[in-house]
Amino acid sequence: MFSYYLQLGLRSLRRNPMLTALMVMAIGFGVAASMTTYSVFRATARDPIPQKSSVLFNTQLDAFGPENIEKGEPAGALTYKDATALFRAHKAKRQTIIYPVSVSVIPDDPARLPSREAAYAAGSDFFPMFDVPFIQGGGWTTDDDEKHASVAVITKSTNDKLFNGAPSVGRQINLDGRLFRITGVIEDWAPQPLFFDVWNTGGFDEGASVYIPFTRAVDLQMSTNGNNNCVAEPAEGWANYLQSECIWLSLWSELPTKADVDAYRDYVAGYAAEQQRAGRFRWAPNVRVRDVVDWLDAEHVVPPESQVSLVVSLGFLVICLVNTVGLLLAKFMRRAPEIGVRRALGASRRDIYAQFLIEAGTIGVAGGILGLLLTGLGVLGVGLVFPEEIARLATLDPVLILLTLVVAIVASVVAAFYPTWRAAQVQPAWQLKSN
Amino acid sequence: MQIKPILAALRRHKAGTILIALQIALTLAIVCNALFIVHERIDRVNRPTGMDESNVVVVQNRYVGSPPNFVPLIKTDVQALRSIPGVEAAYTTNSFPLRRGGWSTGIQTKPDGTKDGLPTALYFGDEQTLKALGVRLIAGRNFNPGEVVIVQPQQRPAPPQVIVTKAIVDKLFPNGDGLGKTIYLSKGKPSTIIGIVDKLTVPWIDFDHMDNVTIMPLIFNSGYQHFVIRTRPGEQDAVFKATAKTLYGVNRMRVLSEKTGVRTFDMVRSSAYETDRGMAILMSVVCGVLLAITAAGIVGLSSFWVGQRRKQIGVRRALGARRSDILSYFMTENFLIALAGVVLGVILAVGLSQWMFTHFEMKRLSFTYVLVGVVVLLGLGQVAVFAPALRASKVSPVEATRSV
Repeated sequence: MFSYYLQLGLRSLRRNPMLTALMVMAIGFGVAASMTTYSVFRATARDPIPQKSSVLFNTQLDAFGPENIEKGEPAGALTYKDATALFRAHKAKRQTIIYPVSVSVIPDDPARLPSREAAYAAGSDFFPMFDVPFIQGGGWTTDDDEKHASVAVITKSTNDKLFNGAPSVGRQINLDGRLFRITGVIEDWAPQPLFFDVWNTGGFDEGASVYIPFTRAVDLQMSTNGNNNCVAEPAEGWANYLQSECIWLSLWSELPTKADVDAYRDYVAGYAAEQQRAGRFRWAPNVRVRDVVDWLDAEHVVPPESQVSLVVSLGFLVICLVNTVGLLLAKFMRRAPEIGVRRALGASRRDIYAQFLIEAGTIGVAGGILGLLLTGLGVLGVGLVFPEEIARLATLDPVLILLTLVVAIVASVVAAFYPTWRAAQVQPAWQLKSN
Repeated sequence: MQIKPILAALRRHKAGTILIALQIALTLAIVCNALFIVHERIDRVNRPTGMDESNVVVVQNRYVGSPPNFVPLIKTDVQALRSIPGVEAAYTTNSFPLRRGGWSTGIQTKPDGTKDGLPTALYFGDEQTLKALGVRLIAGRNFNPGEVVIVQPQQRPAPPQVIVTKAIVDKLFPNGDGLGKTIYLSKGKPSTIIGIVDKLTVPWIDFDHMDNVTIMPLIFNSGYQHFVIRTRPGEQDAVFKATAKTLYGVNRMRVLSEKTGVRTFDMVRSSAYETDRGMAILMSVVCGVLLAITAAGIVGLSSFWVGQRRKQIGVRRALGARRSDILSYFMTENFLIALAGVVLGVILAVGLSQWMFTHFEMKRLSFTYVLVGVVVLLGLGQVAVFAPALRASKVSPVEATRSV
């Protein structure tokens, strides 16, 4: 029966090629617009580290005071004083302070030009905490942290550039004229959104090429390559800068259980209360300990352009569907006499439903295929609308392909329900009489 | 024109009527919001910077290594850039309009002001800055070379002389006597306003005080800086090509990044507004396709109705209705449906705008756009229905007798 209805459907579609083309195009455009914008939305709203996002926590602590922050939300970074005090307390299973620096990598080969690379200054826990994939060696040790050692972890592309991909663990890398011993080589790793450095990147960035110990970077007086906000002007000199109320550091903690989280949160609140008692803060403790997903949410990592265009294109899809309902209604009702004859010859309402829904389904398939082609074009064109850091994340993967087809078919079948119901209500007697 | 019979006929086609009206309503809601977004973005993209933007080349430079003093390197580079043939002016700075990164501070008018002060962006420069940027001095004088000071990384920049924009003096000294007045950009360090420029915008594209800029005669001792170069008309391309070569010729130990190392100001502008332009394009395309689909839908349904009513049309024609009567019947019918649609559409449009206002901090839709949308959709309906209506008007009176 299915194949017979399919044949009937195809025949009927061929009878009005203009009307059919119109419906297929409406479905195709509507689905493609929604899927293209959805691909961007999905890329910007995804969980960057699903296996661990619920145990990784960012710490926020208001060092600015309620009059200097917006809507009571503490700023997204910490002062050196607070970050190091919380870090030294060892209240989490693993913990790392992070800030971006910029280094010049000077190749041994004097014929090659030095290059400026993005780097992160972090603690040794950074690598196991964030499941950073190593291809050679490993991260540096806690001991290296404490000794302020000149060690570094580099990415695969940096290794390819400097050492032509050869094993480089134990070799030296020249950063700004200082030598650092390489302890490991990682993949070109940059989870998106770049959750651990939303403060400086807004969430989307290519990541760093080099990682060095936080303690060493501070010794070398490497200032942040990102945002630095000061509520009061620091006195001159690096030592005074470290003691200032300037925020520029992120602190991440791994807290495996609910009890750990509560204990840590209490500790941070207690620390803030202590600062209030000591007279440094003239306000009540205002702290946030958020896991990855909450943190990305609070920082509004998904760009408003992505949400607005998703909303607009979903509206677009709805209009295309309303359009399709109207056209299907016209098409089906024009065939009222034919339906009358079929019903008179013994077809049940069920049969009519089956026949017309299958016909609508074929439109959905055709619309889906068109939609898929247009989505492919759309994904290629995302770069015209969104910045490159975000555009490169939008891809046409199997999930999106499947989703496009499913949405197209479901949409057209849903659109066909009312016209089909009307078709099934056709009274055979009237139709036969008037003919 | 008699409206009553049309309404009576529409009552027999409730579903189709509602669908067309609904489609028009939704299209109106989305199109006028989308057009509003397009307009807003285009407005932003077209904001002037106050600069003469043609014939400007900018360089982003980082020196490699960390000598204690970068100033001699910077001075040599500026000299080298100034001696490239075709260069009219060049200077080193921390930032310039549309760079999207820079410094800001609050201006106080008293030495120990405790309030936040008037926000201003800070541009470092020298006696060639005004010429290189192409901004107009409307009062006072330019810096002279002797006034340029050196500032160290941990120092707060607050030289004795500054040039500010008109927007700043208008706000700080509303009586119009700002020239020569003293302001404080750092606690206890007075700066005298020696010149006022007509207009110059901050480096950011989203800032509450776009026109608040202070230019300071200073060189900042840092391994990271920008050079701004003005070329003689017609020589921008030659200078653009020669710049990297010249700088590497002076000193190889530097990084000029591939994408942002050397850029013309057109490139700076286009990358600053990339997202805005993209959004405007996207929304325009959405509007275009949406209107096309709605028009196609109206054509489709109207054609169906005409087909369905051939007999009735024939009867009317046989009873003496003229072609123009039939034509205007369908045109009016569509107009009535579209009217119902736009009424609903206006409500939806305002609702959608309100929703986007609360969720995305967007501006509220201006009523002009709703009005334009209403006119466009009513017009679109009339255009779309014209072909089917014309076909209806050509139905011969004979049809009345045919299929019975």
